[in-house]
Amino acid sequence: MTKHILEMRKITKAFPGVKALSDVELSVIDGEIHGICGENGAGKSTLMKVLSGVYPYGTYEGDIVYDGEIQKFHSIPDSESKGIVIIHQELALIPYLSVAENIFLGNERRGKNGMIDWNQTNHEAMKLLKQVGLDENPITPVMQLGVGKQQLVEIAKALSKDVRLLILDEPTAALNDDDSEHLLSLLRTLKSRGITSIMISHKLNEIAEVCDRTTIIRDGHTIETLDIADEPGIQDRIIRGMVGRDLTSRYPSREHVVGEEVLRVEDWTVYHPTQPGRIVVDKASFNVRKGEVVGIAGVMGAGRTELAMSLFGRAYGRDITGSIYMHGEEIQVRDVSEAIRHGLAYATEDRKRYGLNLIDDVRRNISAAALFKLSKRGWVDQNKEIKVAEEYRGSMNIKTPTVMQTVGNLSGGNQQKVVLSKWIYSDAEVLILDEPTRGIDVGAKYEIYTIINRLVAAGKAVIIISSELPELLGTCDRIYTLAFGVVTGEVPVKDATQEKLMTLMTQEKTKDREVRA
Amino acid sequence: MTGTANLRELLTRNMRTSGIYIAFVAIVALFAFLTGGTLLSPGNVTNIVLQYSYILILAIGMVMVIIAGHIDLSVGSVVAVTGAISAVLVIKNGMPWWVGILAALGAGVLIGAWQGFWVAFVGIPAFITTLAGMLLFRGLTLLVLNNISLSPFPAEYQKIAGGFQNGLFGGPGYDVFTLVVFAVAVAGYAFAAYRTRRARIAYEQPVEAMPLFILKLVAVAAVVMWFAWQLANARGLPNVLIILAVLVMAYTLVTTRTVFGRHVYAIGGNLAAAMLSGVKVRWVNFGVMLNMGILASVAGVVYSSRSNGAQPAAGNMFELDAIAACFIGGAAVTGGVGRVTGAIVGGLIMAIMSNGMQLMGVDQSVQAVVKGLVLLLAVAFDVYNKRRAGAR
Repeated sequence: MTKHILEMRKITKAFPGVKALSDVELSVIDGEIHGICGENGAGKSTLMKVLSGVYPYGTYEGDIVYDGEIQKFHSIPDSESKGIVIIHQELALIPYLSVAENIFLGNERRGKNGMIDWNQTNHEAMKLLKQVGLDENPITPVMQLGVGKQQLVEIAKALSKDVRLLILDEPTAALNDDDSEHLLSLLRTLKSRGITSIMISHKLNEIAEVCDRTTIIRDGHTIETLDIADEPGIQDRIIRGMVGRDLTSRYPSREHVVGEEVLRVEDWTVYHPTQPGRIVVDKASFNVRKGEVVGIAGVMGAGRTELAMSLFGRAYGRDITGSIYMHGEEIQVRDVSEAIRHGLAYATEDRKRYGLNLIDDVRRNISAAALFKLSKRGWVDQNKEIKVAEEYRGSMNIKTPTVMQTVGNLSGGNQQKVVLSKWIYSDAEVLILDEPTRGIDVGAKYEIYTIINRLVAAGKAVIIISSELPELLGTCDRIYTLAFGVVTGEVPVKDATQEKLMTLMTQEKTKDREVRA
Repeated sequence: MTGTANLRELLTRNMRTSGIYIAFVAIVALFAFLTGGTLLSPGNVTNIVLQYSYILILAIGMVMVIIAGHIDLSVGSVVAVTGAISAVLVIKNGMPWWVGILAALGAGVLIGAWQGFWVAFVGIPAFITTLAGMLLFRGLTLLVLNNISLSPFPAEYQKIAGGFQNGLFGGPGYDVFTLVVFAVAVAGYAFAAYRTRRARIAYEQPVEAMPLFILKLVAVAAVVMWFAWQLANARGLPNVLIILAVLVMAYTLVTTRTVFGRHVYAIGGNLAAAMLSGVKVRWVNFGVMLNMGILASVAGVVYSSRSNGAQPAAGNMFELDAIAACFIGGAAVTGGVGRVTGAIVGGLIMAIMSNGMQLMGVDQSVQAVVKGLVLLLAVAFDVYNKRRAGAR
């Protein structure tokens, strides 16, 4: 008989006005990797917060049976003392502290006199880093590491707590393919050592690749638990469970009617803002035409976001050279407001940090980039503003009771629709969308693609930056590949395959080294 | 009509803004009771207006600074130095009274631009810039005054803060002019509120139910007219109240209706997002600090007029009263949240408490303890509210 390490029975968690979880069941077999799938807002994170003691015993109904006993966790240290460790989507490392300090934060290795024994700390940290396959000096400050390595430090931290059940919330959301692959294989290694994992992920291919079983949650209910091995076509099966309907296609089709050139960029070169001499974007040239969706493919750190932000009113980088042409005429873009006036728009990859004023309402976030359209001599016409916001609420299908709702309370997909509304209202001709569907559930993704189609149908030009190749293949007309700041290829979508793009995205690496060496 | 809000919804929907009014009424009632009604006597109501006007003027500028995510610790010193400049010109050199005012305001512009330059264009945090300014302008005050107090100002100058508009229409024992001015103001307010309501209905936005709307207007009118009655029964309409009213109205409009005001909130709410939405962050920050300098000089003129001279220690600790007024009035420490009216009510709460305790003969030391605790509680209440709202 299989032994369950964890059973969550009839978990119900209500917040004022909303029931986030109702009678959720989750059982995890000892030693497996268990996936949890669900749309954003389905209740996955809430369930994990109940499990880890963020929501203490008594604030939810139902039982947590762990190791055959009903547990009453009152706080995170309670659950950690039993070997349950959660790694959140937003990493909880302190950038200025070293790797070793971070690993043993709150769990410091003390010597005889109560002082911290640094030799032991660093020595143990080194052993832990070896276990997660990270070759770094433990005294390196965490901020000097990339996101992928930081994720590994988080796991090393979990191992230092003698973890038995490791919970990962969207562990690969911010990672590139290499780092993701490494992380997933690390999970398998941990599994072989008897550590059970629960992995929340939107990336269904990863669930299919690494998990033994997966539980699907929708609207606060458990839908089903599937054995990955038993199901052919598992990804479509999961999607069906998540959205409660079949998505005939993940990408809506559209007619490709491409007009004349709108934007052309030539020899665009950008230097790193703080590290002198480091070239981030190297002589990049590309163009977009009316009614066209152009993709920019590149792994993390290839300079995609840096390219976009430097074009958008020099919001990134220094010593920028190169030329921008709109409709064949060269334009000067010295700051963001000039970029907006020339018809450029840039929707950031991190909408919470750079895209939205989360404490303000939907209405004012929509008008933020185009107040000049709503104002005369500096006075804002608030009634018109409300009218505009209402129009976008309707046309973009933003799910909110009123446009006076605080944006921070909306789900990821709806927040992204607010960002898009803002830029559409600014009358942009060229919209640069940086990871437009990151952290958004499948249903909302489809809506975003539909909006993109509507934009190009109306004669706009769209540039999509994405690390998800299927997304680029499904939405674009042409795809540029970017590697180490250099445009390495331009491929019409009908000739493009994931393999071909991936080759171009990694090719310059070797060439680059040869040239510079 | 869609979605009509009822009274309870109106109060609970935003405890952050409505809580302050409830607290204000409670504190007025408490001190009116403790002082046996003296607090609300005509003479004392007039006195409160005269005594705290400069703090309220500072609070108007300060709330914008705080909304933008900064702080200004120098305003007390700026009040002192601008008042001193005015006093040196008018009292020592015998210049006309208006030259003193213009010079003080001019100094305010320069000081604001100076601090704005360091904050906005060099990127020194406002806390540091204005901490330096606090010392700098205090030092300049001592230099300008040669370390001695100057007084008295000519009668015209004294009237800025000490004068009254009254007797224009005569009156049987009370000033009819004051009542008329207030009546016109109330009518104007009612008209504006009605127009806003009509516009909101036209755009299908939720509004409060008609009886509630009328009740609100009647309540506001009653309080304002009672206030006017007390003033009319004392010495008429204080000049400084006119200055204050104009500033409150102007800055309420600036913060809520203009692009500049909107950008101030955007910067405080999310600096990066504001920058990427095309807000000229540096110029907005510069404008906010410049404006604070100007309002501090207005307060400097009012204060020097009221104290009828300039003293080396003038304006000491004013910055703390102004900052406290903003936070009691619901501004957020992290920026992006706050209102001019909130800061004014916050300032009035401080004023009523000080005045009430003075009337009761409470010791200075105890007054300071009570005011400190009230500030702490007000912000604790705000934090509690935020946590409750964000409990998800």
